[in-house]
Amino acid sequence: MSEADLQSREGDPLMIAEEWMKSGRDVAIATVVETWGSAPRPVGSHLVIDVEGNFEGSVSGGCVEGAVVAEAAEVLADGTPRMLEFGVADETAWRVGLSCGGRIKVYVERLG
Amino acid sequence: MDPLSLKKLNALRRERRAAVLLTDLGDGRDRVIREGDTVAGALGEAVARAFRSGRSATVEIDGRSFFLNVHLPAPRLVVIGAVHISQALAPMARIAGFDLTVIDPRTAFASPERFPDVTLHAEWPDEVLARAPLDAYTALAALTHDPKIDDPALLAALKAECFYIGALGSRKTHARRVERLLAAGASSEAIDRIEAPIGLDIGAASPAEIAVAVLGSVIAALRSRGLVAKEEAA
Repeated sequence: MSEADLQSREGDPLMIAEEWMKSGRDVAIATVVETWGSAPRPVGSHLVIDVEGNFEGSVSGGCVEGAVVAEAAEVLADGTPRMLEFGVADETAWRVGLSCGGRIKVYVERLG
Repeated sequence: MDPLSLKKLNALRRERRAAVLLTDLGDGRDRVIREGDTVAGALGEAVARAFRSGRSATVEIDGRSFFLNVHLPAPRLVVIGAVHISQALAPMARIAGFDLTVIDPRTAFASPERFPDVTLHAEWPDEVLARAPLDAYTALAALTHDPKIDDPALLAALKAECFYIGALGSRKTHARRVERLLAAGASSEAIDRIEAPIGLDIGAASPAEIAVAVLGSVIAALRSRGLVAKEEAA
């Protein structure tokens, strides 16, 4: 509607990613692309990460963000997207899991 | 993600236009699809389904994985009448995640002192809605009791197919309103969409309680009948 209404969407990860990009920062975008069981954030949720490890948004209730941020550094370095899977079923593959018992798949890509 | 895709997507979101970001999970390429754009084949069906349901999803088509991220405009609530109920409704709606606008041409009611931090227009609804039209992602609550102010807004809401339309007033008041809206050219099927008396039936008495009832109805429409109902019907 008005500009004031749009500004009320503060904290919007994709808007933040665009601002970061405009200010010359390298940005990675993580997106929840699939969920099983009681996943904390719905499919389509974003976490955006810059090269210094600053991040905005969320892909879980805080359980796996640390691991995603670490992986984003690799994605920013080599430019290759990665598909990450988190959940109780993958405890051997991943140090972190979702305490709620759900599983999520997170796609991490570089912007540009 | 292609930086151009991000710019295009965010521009559409700022304009309150529905869009899907389509990502090929095999090669990482993406593109922005606007509602109404033609996409062929099974992918087109998946895109149409995503727009209808508002649900993002991964789909497999011809052995390839695509992610469809649907971006629908944020739900908005337009309140006609800077009345006591609206003063309670404004902060509640904000907490519930709605972009809220209050419209009332009576400057004594529509004062910033009565509505701090609220998008407030001390103008006639027609003037405001001409600049910022209603849409299917908007709810409208008419709360002035004054036909001169409420009726034009209700007609605009019916035309724009707002996902929720409610009007304050007793059954008797509403019966007279229905007569006026019919005379103004609205169909009776359309008028049936207006919730009156307004709000969930929770025995609300005080202005704040009525605000809760109204917000409850708006949320019910958003999560069940309105946008989601379109998916179920499809």
